[in-house]
Amino acid sequence: MVDFLKKYEGLWLFVHSPAAIVAAIVAVLIILGAVFAPWLALVNPYDLSSFSLFDGLLPPAWQDGANPKYLLGTDDQGRDMISSILYGARLSLVIGLSALTIAAVIGVGLGLAAGFYGGRFDAIVMRIADVQLALPAILTALLIDGIARGILPTAIQQDLRVAVLTLAIALSLWVNFARTARASTFVQMNKEYVQAAIMMGQRPIRIMFVHILPNILGPLLVIMTVDLASAILLEATLSFLGIGLPADSPSLGTLIRIGMQFLLSGEWWILWIPTLFLVALVVSINILGDFLRDVFNPRLR
Amino acid sequence: MLTIKDLAVKFPSRFGDFTAIADVDMTIAPGEIHGLVGESGAGKSTVGAAVIGLLQSPGFIANGELSLGDTDLRDLTEAEAHAIRGDRISMIFQDPQTSLNPLMTIEDQLIETIQAHSDVSHAAAHKRAVDLLEEIGIKDAAQRIKAYPHQFSGGMRQRVVIALAICTDPELIIADEPTTALDVAVQSQVLDLIRRLAKDRKIAFMLITHDIGVIAQIADRVTVMRKGRVMETGETAQVLGAPTHPYTQALMDSVPPLDRRIDRFRVPDDEPIAGAKGPTDNAAEKWLLEGQRHDLTGLTLQNLTVRFAGPRTSLFRKPDPYVALDNVNLEVKPGSIMGLVGESGSGKSTLAKAITGLVTPTGGQMMLGDAELPYGKARDRHHPSRQLIQMVFQDPYSSLNSRHRIGDILSEPLWFYGFVKDADERAKLAAAMLTLVGMQPDALEKYPHQFSGGQRQRIAVARALLARPRFLICDEPTSALDVSIQAEILNLLKDLQSVFGLTILFISHNLAVVRQMADETAVLRNGTIQEVGETEQLYAAPTAAYTKSLLDLTPVMPKAWQSTS
Repeated sequence: MVDFLKKYEGLWLFVHSPAAIVAAIVAVLIILGAVFAPWLALVNPYDLSSFSLFDGLLPPAWQDGANPKYLLGTDDQGRDMISSILYGARLSLVIGLSALTIAAVIGVGLGLAAGFYGGRFDAIVMRIADVQLALPAILTALLIDGIARGILPTAIQQDLRVAVLTLAIALSLWVNFARTARASTFVQMNKEYVQAAIMMGQRPIRIMFVHILPNILGPLLVIMTVDLASAILLEATLSFLGIGLPADSPSLGTLIRIGMQFLLSGEWWILWIPTLFLVALVVSINILGDFLRDVFNPRLR
Repeated sequence: MLTIKDLAVKFPSRFGDFTAIADVDMTIAPGEIHGLVGESGAGKSTVGAAVIGLLQSPGFIANGELSLGDTDLRDLTEAEAHAIRGDRISMIFQDPQTSLNPLMTIEDQLIETIQAHSDVSHAAAHKRAVDLLEEIGIKDAAQRIKAYPHQFSGGMRQRVVIALAICTDPELIIADEPTTALDVAVQSQVLDLIRRLAKDRKIAFMLITHDIGVIAQIADRVTVMRKGRVMETGETAQVLGAPTHPYTQALMDSVPPLDRRIDRFRVPDDEPIAGAKGPTDNAAEKWLLEGQRHDLTGLTLQNLTVRFAGPRTSLFRKPDPYVALDNVNLEVKPGSIMGLVGESGSGKSTLAKAITGLVTPTGGQMMLGDAELPYGKARDRHHPSRQLIQMVFQDPYSSLNSRHRIGDILSEPLWFYGFVKDADERAKLAAAMLTLVGMQPDALEKYPHQFSGGQRQRIAVARALLARPRFLICDEPTSALDVSIQAEILNLLKDLQSVFGLTILFISHNLAVVRQMADETAVLRNGTIQEVGETEQLYAAPTAAYTKSLLDLTPVMPKAWQSTS
């Protein structure tokens, strides 16, 4: 075992970092819960026939007047909180991950090319990135939302809300990837193995993706975890503000928005439980991201 | 004065303590320059750091005695140790770029140091600082002292560092590779200064270096270290002239002499490449020999000029060009080795890059054999020269892609140039090539970081050969390596050259190495060729003044010490 750990430095650091272990457990539990939500959840919050208004506003199991069936209580519609949260987390993660993938593909591709070719191409890409950075993510999302509403027929607008939201989040995240990829590519460009490949006359695409990309994966992986947390938060923010998903397909942000109405009326659990859940998810992903950064950058240790 | 007895330094790690040095004994008398020599990882710098009390955390002194005069250095409190540092023991670091604070004038740095250790007025400290600078040979010291470090040249900066070290009248100065970052001319001035200070001021020097030439030139006594142990210690003339320890002997054998050419270096368990004796059945060798469709290929450069954009002085004016190569004419004869020597910034690497197409020249003509070589940007990806010209780079740590297996790295040229279509065949050929360069074929499955610098350089040579080149450029192929490894690589290159009839452009700043390798030598300075000639003749009777001074200033060992191999 010790030999095995010696070989894999990252693993060794992992088993000696309590914060990383706890964060990993929390994140894995949440992700598993989200993935298996249809089998775990008591009711399907999207299916109106699976819950009833008579069960509305029941408190968590440890308070008076609770129905032990609903461990964390129900909301005003009678939906089980746990079920809503699991389904909400599922939506949040799907949107977060797909936005992240789109952002990574655009950002890494542009960043690699900018670092490889340099000069005018680099300048243009980076100025676009600067402009993007100057626009707050919410503004970008509003813009895209507005455009989508303007050009898409009303009939399919509801169906495309998830896609529009994902695109909006991806557009505000790609800059991070582009900047990191470009900076790391610059470093690699001076390495002699890249010069050797250029000398041989290999195609730029091959040099970028076969030679350089594997060498800059470390920092990109770190950006990915940190940005996954941002993507989830961004989705929650947008949904909270009402730009994101509607109440009949609640993500975590939507749940929090719904809960806001009950903040002062005694039904605290409707707001607090999804909020704490979101915090747990984002914090654990962030801790994992920090841990990864330490692994890839020994100087920070 | 300085006495070290049974010194051991350990570094605790996750898997038990790592012993960096052990059983080190050494004494240094006042005014003595004590050389501490060894290859990388020998623990030389650790000895120096232990003496001055600046061991890198979490290292600690596990055992032994350390005393300076009557003071026991191990028995000091943190405050006392701090007071001794800089006052009685000073240090000179390798890189004068980073050991001076770039935001403070030389004056402020000197006065700060003087006042930190003695209670004198600002004016007195200033006077002492100016005197010091004059003593170490900076002209116009009263004026120059107001300057910032970047306004001094590398050699001048190292002098300032020395001034900082001696401004408190220390008894002992630890100089860790003080001249490694400097060109030979500057190096010899700095060495002269060190010798003068030892003599006039009776300062003891611990001179840590990997360069045996430097030790031979100025050290009174020398200690040879290897893997944290002392191998041999004694008078310089005796240790280097008549080494008794086998390691010292091997070390001396692998130092290239400047004043003569030797056929091969004597290296323990070194076998010449099989083919050097006659044809063998190595698959890679056969494959390479059968691929010699082209005859020996030479290279001719005519009026080659490379200019780079210099710093912009005005927004509206084109920046003045910086001339990296100025009308270079050079003819590398087919099948010969052309040595190219020059100091840093002379344009050696630019020349290599212009030939390989990484840099686009501004003028001139390049001919490979009978065919004209297009300029960098105009050379398309399928130009035959991209296969015929290959390069071995300086830094074996960056020239191999650390995320690719050795097998993939070696197969790439075979696949890319379309030599071998079948993947298994490629692997077989790569394995045979590894044997040819003296490595085990099981390296194919490993990654570059699993190999030492010398082994990586062998892999880099193997990769270059698998492109079936006719013209090989070696850009400082051994300057990142220890001397014993350097000897092995030089032997390897010689063997391969003779078996496969390669034409080689061998670039180095090390005159002694070039003498061992090259048939002809060209001397480059500030982008112009100073002199070209047959190597033996050029070294024996240089015509250009610059070549002469280079040869004179390179530290050499007295003839009597050299082994006669």
